[in-house]
Amino acid sequence: MTVLTTPASAVRLARQGRPIGEHIFRITLLSSLIIALGFLAMLLIYVVQEGWPRLDSTLWESMPSIRRPETAGVQSGIFGTLWIIGLTALMALPTGVLAAVYLEEYADKTKWYNKLIELNISNLAAVPSIVYGILGLGIIARWLDFGFTVMTGAITVSLLVLPIVIISAREAIRAVPPSIREGSLALGATQWQTIYRQVLPSAIPGIATGSILALSRAIGEAAPFLMLGAATLVRFNPEGVWSSFTVLPLQIYSFISQSREEFHILASAAIVVLLAILLLMNSVAIWLRNRFQKRW
Amino acid sequence: MATQSRATAPGTGRSLARSRPRYGEFIVKTILLIAALISVATTVGIVAALIEPTIEFFSEISLGEFFGSTNWGPLFNPPAFGVWPIIVATVEITLIAILVAVPLGLAAAIYLSEYATPRVRKIFKPVLEVLAGVPTVVFGFFALVFVTPLLQSWFPFLDLEAKNALAAGLLVGVMIIPIVASLSEDSMAAVPNGLREGSYALGASKMLTSVRVVVPAAFSGIVAAIILAISRAAGETMIVAIAGGFKAVFTFNPTNEMSTMAAFIAQAGSGDASVGSIAYKTIFAVGSLLFIMTFAMNWFSARMVQKYREVYD
Repeated sequence: MTVLTTPASAVRLARQGRPIGEHIFRITLLSSLIIALGFLAMLLIYVVQEGWPRLDSTLWESMPSIRRPETAGVQSGIFGTLWIIGLTALMALPTGVLAAVYLEEYADKTKWYNKLIELNISNLAAVPSIVYGILGLGIIARWLDFGFTVMTGAITVSLLVLPIVIISAREAIRAVPPSIREGSLALGATQWQTIYRQVLPSAIPGIATGSILALSRAIGEAAPFLMLGAATLVRFNPEGVWSSFTVLPLQIYSFISQSREEFHILASAAIVVLLAILLLMNSVAIWLRNRFQKRW
Repeated sequence: MATQSRATAPGTGRSLARSRPRYGEFIVKTILLIAALISVATTVGIVAALIEPTIEFFSEISLGEFFGSTNWGPLFNPPAFGVWPIIVATVEITLIAILVAVPLGLAAAIYLSEYATPRVRKIFKPVLEVLAGVPTVVFGFFALVFVTPLLQSWFPFLDLEAKNALAAGLLVGVMIIPIVASLSEDSMAAVPNGLREGSYALGASKMLTSVRVVVPAAFSGIVAAIILAISRAAGETMIVAIAGGFKAVFTFNPTNEMSTMAAFIAQAGSGDASVGSIAYKTIFAVGSLLFIMTFAMNWFSARMVQKYREVYD
């Protein structure tokens, strides 16, 4: 059999014949992408430049103030965010992964209640975060009487990120090929043994990546906390789950709301801290994905 | 995976299924089902949180006043409850955002899926993810202190207010670009290569193939991405609260300060309204409206996907 190759002359002809419109189209596409990412670059440069004078240890060593921007910090915001994220990880990640296992491994997709659960999750993923704030305010803070505490905030944000965790965990579980399950079942393992010893370990990198991205969404979220009374000036770190709190994004919001220029510098510095945390988490997620991603 | 086969051993007629049920397996399945049901409970919780104060609100304020007037100020004295100003502001900011995000996001998706080499894709996709992860307070701050002054100096004739719908809408648009781009790219990547090759074989150029073959084939996914982006934009709170302001005036002019529905909820919810007052109940009434709007869009999006999805093997 002869191998067909394109003659070099044909390639040259094709290049010459390529209409100018093709080039313009390609350049338009590329520049759209670059404009979008250019916004990101401008934003990063701007906040680092603005916040530079205040990027010192006072920022995380002292408490916020609305009178003295030059000595104010965001320590209570950082600690509040750590509390919220810790609790959210404890609540949302196990629940989300278990729900994903149910939907992928056990659910009979023709049953109406399973269809309802699926439809419900995709709907919840698009509900605005401020509406979750209303849920936190109306049900968790008032009806359950948890008040404006770390616990209320953590439950609200857990419910907010749960659909994201479920959707990404499902994708990771679905990517594990059926032959792995069949092999395990054929050796006499029960369904749960198969899932626990074969499917979940293979899906862990994907689940971890999705979980980190979901938690980074939770870190940046401010709107639900506005509804939960976290906006007021909090000059102490949370002492437990029933303590009142503030989070870093809300602290930034309250600095932005001040009209004095110094507060905008302080806000920029706090934004740099927030973005640094998020970039770090994002890089870990990307590294995990590239390092452990398996091609079956 | 769900059905257990009831096979019989050949020749004996005896069932191969276990005679003794596995209780442990049953317990595990129940626990997993409960975890999945928490998401249903969330929806029930949202509806429960919204419904009672909303009914109380409409027993005091008539639907006619709510939808029949263009004067909004539940936190003022005397209060006014004509919801149109905040609906108009929400729609307008969403529209500006879509005008920014759909062309840029779609173009980026076509580039990444059809033109970019794997190496280029491996660089750009994580950067888009970073853009998607930027907190909305940050976008709001950038709109207020950078984009608005820039627009003011470039277009002085616009008479841009310090807080305005234009800058807020632009940045909401930037925020939803990654949603449009990555979801559309996913659905374009799912279009089988045979379609592209068929198009090339008929003499179509790369541009023609992208625009006339790949985009139509991925249409349902693209529409779903855009609708998800619209509902994100409509519900976005922090950007509009920071850069769009809280002043609710009935106007279509985006150079003015405008309060969206989400911004109103944030303003009233962050402490300006006392529990049980009519202003407090207004939060829930507006919340219900926002929830119903996003819910309807999602339902529509799911229908679109079902109706127009092309299944390839």
